[in-house]
Amino acid sequence: MNGICRRGVLQGAAALAALGYHGDGRAGSAQHGAIPRQPGYQAEKPMTSYIGTPASRVDGRAKVTGAAKYAGEFNTSDLVYGSVVTSSIAKGRIARIDAGEALRIDGVIDVLTHENRPHMASTDAAYRDDVAPEGSPFRPLYDERILFSGQPIALVLAEEWEIARFAASLVRVEYEKETAFTDVHGRHDEAVALHPNGDLFGPPKPRGAAEHAFAAAEIRHEGEYYVPIEHHNPMETYAATVIFGKDGRLTVYDKTQGVQNVQRYLRSVFDMGPEDIRVMSPFAGGAFGSGLRPQYHVALAVLAARALRRSVRLVLTRQQMYGLGYRPAMIQRIKLGAKAGGTLDAIIHDATTVTSQYENFYRQETGWSGLLYKCPNAKYAHKLVRRDLATPCDMRCPSAATGVYALECAMDELAVALKLDPLDLRLRCYSDRDQNADLPYSSKALRECYRQGAEAFGWDKRSAEPRSMRDGAELVGCGMATGVWDAMQMPIAVRIALSANGHADVSCATADIGTGTYTIMTQVAADRLGLPLDSVTVKLGDSTLPQSPVEGGSWMAASVSNGIATTADAVRKELLRLAKRMPNSPLADAAPDEVRLADGKLVSRRDASRAVSIIDAMRSGAVDRIEQEHFTSFADDGSYAHNTHSAVFAEVRVDEQLGVIRVTRVVSAVAAGRILNPKTAASQIMGSVVWGIGMALHEETLLDHNFGRIMNPNIAEYHVPVNADVQDIKVIFVDEPDHIINPLGIKGVGEIGIVGVAAAIANAIYHATGKRVRDLPIAVDKLLR
Amino acid sequence: MINFQYARAADVADAVRQMAADPSAKFIAGGTNLIDLMKEDVERPSRLIDITRLPLKAVEQTPAGGVRIGALVPNSDLAYHPLIEQRYPLLASAILAGASAQLRNMASAGGNLLQRTRCYYFYDIATPCNKREPGSGCSAINGLNRIHAILGASEACIATHPSDMCVALAALDAEVHVAGPGEARTIAFADFHRLPGDTPQFDTNLQQGEIVTAVELPPQGFAAHYTYLKIRDRLSYAFALVSVAAALEFDGAAIKEARLALGGVAHKPWRNMAVEATLRGQTADQAAFARAADELLRDAKGYEHNSFKIDLARRGIVRALTQAAQGRPQSQAVKRIM
Repeated sequence: MNGICRRGVLQGAAALAALGYHGDGRAGSAQHGAIPRQPGYQAEKPMTSYIGTPASRVDGRAKVTGAAKYAGEFNTSDLVYGSVVTSSIAKGRIARIDAGEALRIDGVIDVLTHENRPHMASTDAAYRDDVAPEGSPFRPLYDERILFSGQPIALVLAEEWEIARFAASLVRVEYEKETAFTDVHGRHDEAVALHPNGDLFGPPKPRGAAEHAFAAAEIRHEGEYYVPIEHHNPMETYAATVIFGKDGRLTVYDKTQGVQNVQRYLRSVFDMGPEDIRVMSPFAGGAFGSGLRPQYHVALAVLAARALRRSVRLVLTRQQMYGLGYRPAMIQRIKLGAKAGGTLDAIIHDATTVTSQYENFYRQETGWSGLLYKCPNAKYAHKLVRRDLATPCDMRCPSAATGVYALECAMDELAVALKLDPLDLRLRCYSDRDQNADLPYSSKALRECYRQGAEAFGWDKRSAEPRSMRDGAELVGCGMATGVWDAMQMPIAVRIALSANGHADVSCATADIGTGTYTIMTQVAADRLGLPLDSVTVKLGDSTLPQSPVEGGSWMAASVSNGIATTADAVRKELLRLAKRMPNSPLADAAPDEVRLADGKLVSRRDASRAVSIIDAMRSGAVDRIEQEHFTSFADDGSYAHNTHSAVFAEVRVDEQLGVIRVTRVVSAVAAGRILNPKTAASQIMGSVVWGIGMALHEETLLDHNFGRIMNPNIAEYHVPVNADVQDIKVIFVDEPDHIINPLGIKGVGEIGIVGVAAAIANAIYHATGKRVRDLPIAVDKLLR
Repeated sequence: MINFQYARAADVADAVRQMAADPSAKFIAGGTNLIDLMKEDVERPSRLIDITRLPLKAVEQTPAGGVRIGALVPNSDLAYHPLIEQRYPLLASAILAGASAQLRNMASAGGNLLQRTRCYYFYDIATPCNKREPGSGCSAINGLNRIHAILGASEACIATHPSDMCVALAALDAEVHVAGPGEARTIAFADFHRLPGDTPQFDTNLQQGEIVTAVELPPQGFAAHYTYLKIRDRLSYAFALVSVAAALEFDGAAIKEARLALGGVAHKPWRNMAVEATLRGQTADQAAFARAADELLRDAKGYEHNSFKIDLARRGIVRALTQAAQGRPQSQAVKRIM
């Protein structure tokens, strides 16, 4: 899970507009309404039986038996297979492209290039998807310009995939090469400074006089922290299968986190009507933010289908996936000034992040520093360096995974300077208010995360001095860090169709990218409709379903669950209307809020003996189906901050002579509102912790700056943790009731789990070895240096 | 990936005949490296000659008291074969330090000897590489060379040989049996792989058309005092930054015989018999091990990103010799360094 984000409040229509998300209000019968906000929702009585239980994935069986189909698996007769040719240079022009040899291969149908492609839109606006950053979006096969190495420059179309791939190796390209610059280091005089508070993702406004306070502080720490480019590497490679209908309409099976975003993009790029193209994505084998924007493969597959008037499948190779988005490389400088007693006087956080030459992608790394801890003076700066690379994109917990990594390492260094326990320092700087916006939190159980996490980990057994804990040849170290992320929610529409046999279809155009969305939607709907889990079928990943934003930012669980609740309430009201009309109805005088749905019945909350079964109500009203579709938005008067938090504790063991690092234990205590499903939620956190281990120790996209080219574009050489690297991980969800954020009190857990993990490990390595490594990944050469 | 022909060889003579008829063909056994290279257009064989049905799958004792390993014995079967586990645990350990269980199930003994370097530039046809395209230049020398050679490299190539198994075979003084258009012959392991010089396109001294039929181990297996210590960028499933195969035999407290081979540092498993000779007669102490390490690394040369390997190798050698001397070989299942 993953997504778009920034720190701070990002809710409601204004935020969506800022993100470029525009609903088209497609469902005619849909009713719109905002969930009211103040003074707070009544605490829900636990009438539920499924929410909060560790239900197994409803799609688990389909996934393990192969019944679940992914974008590259949908079949039709007469399928054409595509294979992409990518540029070998990072900057310049295609001087000549010769597909003659490829076209002579038996079975090759066509080779599309910028020279012969069919018409595509010619304005930037047409290519700007719901979550596009400012700039001129990349247009595949548009012209002869080369903007990054790995850019698609030709699409070979053949009757068989093997033929397409062979022919792709025969396309000859001559370039007029220009000197590319791909290093985040250097040429910072050309960097673009982002205006403080200039936009949603720019650095926040400063407060106080941070430079002065830093200079005057009793204890100071200053450090520079580096994070390299990282790639998402979801298991499933990007793929699209475009079914060319008899009527010329297209059904596009794509791997994406937002079918409607892709559908709008394709309509706009190819000037098609809303009914001419349908985008489906029932399952995705991981995406982590890489599927938020439409990727070039889907545009090329549609281009080919329209050109040939045939169905087309295009699957990218693992290597080609490194030509898509990535987490931008960044250099962060943090200055912390403190009183000797361990309270903060000044926070100064500067970030320099990389983007492409054609779009300004950035997220707010710096603001987390000023948000999290009590500190009167804070100042931020963010510079962008434009490089001859593809545009970066959101990757699991964008901005916080990296910004909080730097902050939490700096806090650890400050604790050392103050001779304070790192956890103690966090508690002394604890804030009950969002320090940037100066707002109270709708809920914040971080203190409890620290307490429960420290206890489960055995933090009190840590000795303060670095290099003071040892087990044989290994130095033992313990480190901790705080995590923080936004709790966002987005406007969303949900349709429920209840049939007289007591089965409900729940539908929404959201995505399940492996997170468990199908499962939690089923749980919420079953509870709200008083049905067993297997009487609920969830449909998602189809652009014709009720409107949904892209699935990212950890906002989907809260958004869609409350959306289901809204629509289910409407279903309940409709059932009550029918029940009241029954002769001698036991609910004749019941108000809508006085009844609930349970065990297939409408039941009075006051007197459980007064009940009408769903089936009887519908039969008596001669209704065989109740269908309701409602649009739910989340009113926000801006009086509360909404965040999730975590406390991460890590134990490492480092071979003193050889620098071999083992992460032997991680405890992650998370406060994220009400947990819908502790099984899928814990799985989210555990996966995040594994990724955090990779971020700390392994992950790095290696660029050869002479060629401007990624040299480890595969998961043998781009290292992620393997089983041996992952040992004991304990996940704790602390109780965090939130009666303000939304009626169900849900926040979302897709991202919070990765925040702080790399810092906790880096801090533990320092504690073990006395060596502070400030650039990731912490590999053996940096430790022995 | 190009189109290619596929043919199956019935026996060794047939395999050799087929290869002679089509010199741009390749033998394929497990294919765990070749297929990847074909997908990247690094290898472009006109034909694959499938040798998986050749009768080269036995592990058997030789009359001389050694063990002969058929070229098609899967790496997994070899690592878990009782003869190897009991008499040559160094070999078993090195095999299990490499790749993943799935790859070891597919990969053959002969194929392991013939795997190609993991140099990034060798794998990317968009960049110059003398090993892939002689005369085009070495991109690694002034590029990303953190994983590259510190010993025996040349101006033309600084790639390393990626095998773990071969490091153990080098330490154990194995021999390689080959068949070909000419007489069948035997190549000492030290002479099987070669240094790059100005012809880095050749990884080995196999002649065109030759096929590995077996690897033979001499009787001495060093089962009491050995270790295979591999240091890499994660705890499993990564190629060695530095690996050390160490084997000792004692006469009382004195070292009677020492074997020391390094992986991940050169174009071939790196051994220096003169250095091993200096350990003979000495007691197994840190000072002696450190002297041996310094001696073995005396000519080591680092490039921009890989100088750390010299120090890492020195530390690794001392540790590995310590493990071997103490009879506490590195476990490949438990990732803690012994």
